[in-house]
Amino acid sequence: MEITQEITQGITRGFFGGFGGMFVPEILVPTLLELDKAFEEARKDPQFTSEFEGLLKEYAGRETPLYRCRNLTSGTKATIYLKREDLLHGGAHKTNQVIGQALLARRMGKTRLIAETGAGQHGVATALAGALFKMKTRVYMGSKDMERQAPNVFRMKLMGTEVVPVETGSRGLKDAINEALRDWAASYENTHYLLGTVAGPHPFPTIVREFQRVIGREAKRQILEAEGRLPDAVFACVGGGSNAMGIFADFIDEPSVKLIGVEPAGHGLHTDKHGATIEKGRPGILHGSYSYVLQDENGQIRESHSLSAGLDYPGVGAQHSYLHSIGRARYVGITDREALDAFTRLSREEGIIPALESSHALAQALKDARDAAEPRLYIVNLSGRGDKDIEQVMPYIDGGGL
Amino acid sequence: MSQRYEKTFSGLKKKGEGAFIPFVMLGDPGMEESEAIIETLVESGADALELGIPFSDPVADGPVIQTSANRALARGATPEGCLDILAKVRGKYPDIPMGLLVYANLVIGGERFYPYAAASGVDSVLVADVPTLMAAPFVQRARDAGIDPVFIVPPNASDEKLREIAALTKGYTYFLGRAGVTGADLEMKVPLSSKITLLKDAGAPPIVVGFGISRPEHVRASLKAGADGAISGSATVAIVAAHLKDNRKMEMIKMRAELAAFVKNMKSATRP
Repeated sequence: MEITQEITQGITRGFFGGFGGMFVPEILVPTLLELDKAFEEARKDPQFTSEFEGLLKEYAGRETPLYRCRNLTSGTKATIYLKREDLLHGGAHKTNQVIGQALLARRMGKTRLIAETGAGQHGVATALAGALFKMKTRVYMGSKDMERQAPNVFRMKLMGTEVVPVETGSRGLKDAINEALRDWAASYENTHYLLGTVAGPHPFPTIVREFQRVIGREAKRQILEAEGRLPDAVFACVGGGSNAMGIFADFIDEPSVKLIGVEPAGHGLHTDKHGATIEKGRPGILHGSYSYVLQDENGQIRESHSLSAGLDYPGVGAQHSYLHSIGRARYVGITDREALDAFTRLSREEGIIPALESSHALAQALKDARDAAEPRLYIVNLSGRGDKDIEQVMPYIDGGGL
Repeated sequence: MSQRYEKTFSGLKKKGEGAFIPFVMLGDPGMEESEAIIETLVESGADALELGIPFSDPVADGPVIQTSANRALARGATPEGCLDILAKVRGKYPDIPMGLLVYANLVIGGERFYPYAAASGVDSVLVADVPTLMAAPFVQRARDAGIDPVFIVPPNASDEKLREIAALTKGYTYFLGRAGVTGADLEMKVPLSSKITLLKDAGAPPIVVGFGISRPEHVRASLKAGADGAISGSATVAIVAAHLKDNRKMEMIKMRAELAAFVKNMKSATRP
């Protein structure tokens, strides 16, 4: 922290407390500054915001419902509402901010989009934006993730996107981001890097949060309409952390609302097979930002693990590190097994198949619901649908005795 | 600060020569081999050395140097172990300038990095993912340890940025031969002499072109445009990578012979 505090004495933009910044090769700085400027201008431009909101409504299908679970919490004192981002076009919250960034890219005169993807949800969202805006689109995806998320690879290709397998490092999301950054260092003149989460260098953590803010804004209004009061807690899974920042943003200034970020504990936090960056990592610099990072004693980035590809990332968005450091949000871990249990329970009890990522958030809410001694009102961000995970989950359900 | 860059560049200038600076990854393929490789580079006529400390996620590097870092990490290379190699090299060659190319996460880990590097005989440190905008604390730590902080001039730098870098970079100025990441497959573009003139007028230390330098004509073109030298990384590392077969002793002999020939060939292009 000391090292960034010296920087933030001179520059405050792009930092959350001491976290964040723009730690990229010099060649990318003009492009990031151009993006920052374009975003600040666009968000004040009524034409831009009305086009963005129009597409969210007509193309993506906003607003998404806030659904009160009928059966899931029976026998507990809690009520759980699900923010149904799984019903968004594309199957996950990713579509929100992709539309925003694609509009920005067009505004800046870029003709090509590149993106990284883990579970493939951001890749699919980028692919649909590429098709919609007629932009050449390339998605980098770890070859390990291509194996476990084959349906999404097909969806991207179907929409005309080139999917490039990444064979370096752990062949996952982290390595896909590395490749996208390398591409951008050569292609910045005509290309926009459509980063998929609130991690990465400034201005991405701010841009992505602002384009995802709609989730929390709607949820807040919807819960007030339905229950006449704010929730006691909001739960969201955290890989890079974009769905969580999206639903947290409008609740940060409501001190009575607990914010719970759920990290993938994989095989357990006592093992080395997890992706619990905030709980088990320490601050460092990865992908352009100073934030919590899973790393060894020498500063080499460690491989993360999660059954869910979308949470399998050894870094985390800078604002999450900040919210953790000031105690505003609490970060907890849910194991692969606990997430699978929640995946099955929601399917059986409510007829909703959640993404494995979102199942982590739900699992924590169910834990807290079970322990609640007084009536509790919870919102879970159901950030994506689980169709993409069916093939991967099948062996666990069949053989795992669920 | 050491005077090694200054002495080396002024000595070359008197002879009418430019500098040839090979880059290799420390600890690749192993610690002992790495020391022998560096010795070969120096003995074959390298004017200075640029050395990498392997990092798991090198976003500024192309496949050849990424793979080199992975090999070194797989063999257990640590930042401290890498610097210990350089301490030995420094013992043998007291005058050759040695620069490090690292990534930010290796540097911020502790307060020990810059002092340890200085004690190992390192003259300069370039942090690939720290642009001038974020540089203040890194520059301070380098200076406190008596190390020259080096900065990169990218092809898209404005005149204002060129002047800022000219004032900030010490020891030498790393001028990017082209956009993108390191690699020999994409050739350098001849630098605009107007940019080099601007840097020099702004008081920049000697200008060295890197990225896409793999053949003697690249060195000649760089010098002709007004640069003071050229760095060749991926082309050098590719020679290391080509000799990693089973019979290690024989392969090392062949590798060193090829490295020597490469350095001599590239060095000859720096002479008038």
